Amino acid sequence: MSGRTPAENAAARTAILARVREALRVPAPPPHFAGHATPADPGGRPGLTILPSEAGRPWLPDGGDTPEESLQILAANLAKLRAVFFRVPDLGAAADCLFAQARERDWQRVAWHDHPLVQGILSGVPSSTHQIDAAGAAFDKDALEACDAGITACECLVAQTGSILVSSDSCGGRALSILPHCHVVIATVDQVVPVLADALALVRERHPGTLPSMLSFITGPSRTGDIERILVLGAHGPKELIVILVG
Amino acid sequence: MIAPNPAQSPAPGSHEPATAKKQFLADAAEHVRDTGHRAFVRKALGGYYTNRDAQKARYGDWEQARDAASLAKWSAVNRLDELLPRFVANFEANGGIVHWARDAAEARDIILGLLEQAGATAVIKSKCMTSEEIHLNAAMEAAGYGVVESDLGEFIQQLRGEPPYHFVFPCMHVRRDEISDLFKRHLGTPPTDSPEELTMIARRHMRRLYVEADVGITGANFLVAETGQISITENEGNARLTVALPRVHIAISGIEKVVERLDDLAVLLPMLATAGAGQPMTCYNTLYSGPRRAGERDGPEAMHLVLLDNSRTALLADAEQRDALQCIRCGACLNVCPIFKNVGGFTYGTTYQGPIGSVITPHLRGLANWNHLSGASSLCGACTDACPVRIDIHHHLLQNRRNAARTSPSWLERLGHRAFVFVARRPWLFAVGGWLFRKSLPLAKAVKPPPLSAWLATRDLPPAPRESFRAAWQRRRR
Repeated sequence: MSGRTPAENAAARTAILARVREALRVPAPPPHFAGHATPADPGGRPGLTILPSEAGRPWLPDGGDTPEESLQILAANLAKLRAVFFRVPDLGAAADCLFAQARERDWQRVAWHDHPLVQGILSGVPSSTHQIDAAGAAFDKDALEACDAGITACECLVAQTGSILVSSDSCGGRALSILPHCHVVIATVDQVVPVLADALALVRERHPGTLPSMLSFITGPSRTGDIERILVLGAHGPKELIVILVG
Repeated sequence: MIAPNPAQSPAPGSHEPATAKKQFLADAAEHVRDTGHRAFVRKALGGYYTNRDAQKARYGDWEQARDAASLAKWSAVNRLDELLPRFVANFEANGGIVHWARDAAEARDIILGLLEQAGATAVIKSKCMTSEEIHLNAAMEAAGYGVVESDLGEFIQQLRGEPPYHFVFPCMHVRRDEISDLFKRHLGTPPTDSPEELTMIARRHMRRLYVEADVGITGANFLVAETGQISITENEGNARLTVALPRVHIAISGIEKVVERLDDLAVLLPMLATAGAGQPMTCYNTLYSGPRRAGERDGPEAMHLVLLDNSRTALLADAEQRDALQCIRCGACLNVCPIFKNVGGFTYGTTYQGPIGSVITPHLRGLANWNHLSGASSLCGACTDACPVRIDIHHHLLQNRRNAARTSPSWLERLGHRAFVFVARRPWLFAVGGWLFRKSLPLAKAVKPPPLSAWLATRDLPPAPRESFRAAWQRRRR
């Protein structure tokens, strides 16, 4: 019942990989398509170099060809997802916007992380605040659990799906964007990308070598349909997602 | 409505092999008669079509996107020998620890060992069908570990003492008043008929558990070979919390979940959501590469991944049906299946219900005892049309029937075919046979002798024609 030895694990690994190799000795018939895509790389093993993300783009939902188009698609998608979306001209207006939201919801305590955009709107929080990454202090999950809202930055926003990409590296770690009842995202318009593939390319460019330990596409507030397939917002994660876009 | 009592309705896997078919037939007959239950399940799935079609309309070309998704998975499954080691090397480079499990028992032992090593006192779990496959919860409880399912549907099923009814919508068969009673009994909450209020009861109940749990257990939807990340798809946020707060993260995944590139997910994630639940994207699609990094404030200290074979390599060895390993468990084939909607999820007696479950279960657990699932199909092909990764589901059901006929042919069918060949080669005998058939049909319909009784019990036959086709042909030519 106690843990296995490294040797036992290695033996299981060897056995499974041997079974995999043995199983693949008989090649599979080529995939049966309606004749749209054909496997490239006919010389080597079949069908390997397919769908560079550029080629697949026109088949997937549209993310817009111009920044303005992408913004419109993003706003429409966020509305359908029942996220709350604001576009404001500058950080001052963003702080005002946050103030109004906080008052309306009567937040007692708001969590945040160290980031220029987040700090830029923090003056809009009328209640007490809790910085989750304050120097010298350990991460306090109980304190975070007691917060009404969490404010984070994001890596980018995806027009195609209305998703917000957060990472453990630059968006307040893993818990800030999921534990408080309301998640506020502050971002600038130039962070909007058309499609998911662009978002993935962007994080790889921004974190060359090692990606953050968590990357999460957030698409609307937490939801469930588990009871009679009826949509309810706020299953375990945030009940509300507020996106404030500056610029 | 049939509310399977745990005592009467055994968990999947607990069917005695010899009785799996009998149990299936008995449960199917019972469910089919329960029109209330059928109507309820149909209604619950009704919105799926509307939402899915609305999302599909947003695709530039859904069919080509299916090709792309299929090819991404096809090429990964067919190069598993190369991609699985590459994934593992990258996952380990990210600081994760890989445990290889040849079968369910080995996987359970590994996980119990990890719990012991972690000194686990409270374990929280997010939805993971692989854990259902290896019957993890029962093993954990037997070893003295308390475990809480955090996904709302799985939580309800855990309280009910039932396995999931549908591998994506675990409690879609349960009415809200039953859930209200269940919560009242187990959590002492006041009764309500509001799905929202019921959801909030579970939310409030679970919140402290995330904070207090020391181990979080999850599944995985994709393993990305080039980056060593695991991808988890969920709507509720419970998996995010399960991987954010406890000290140790244990993920369980089948070896077939590998994809080659991160970019493959730009196609697979939206298609999984659209095909499975009619969403543009599932609410949270999260990629994890290892435990908390230096400089990160939260996240687990250790990340373990249990890679499970459990007969997947047997399916891999069947080149004809290898594409069944492309399955991304979206559940689309269940949602559109007329058999699923009529017999219900429990009737299958398997971890994976519906058409894809009927295809893979005979490979995972033996064709001899599970071939009856190949007959649980009208061969309408709705499953194959719905599959986002183009698994040839209904043809695989036919192939399983063929394989079963080869390995253990039915003497009755063989006798029947021989007799037919004998008769059909002798025109005079064929005419006599036809005459006999026409004359005896009314009697057969009245008496219903076996084996005709099985067919006639729920079906009718048209009246016998007055003359044979040959006679009619001759008459009209004159």
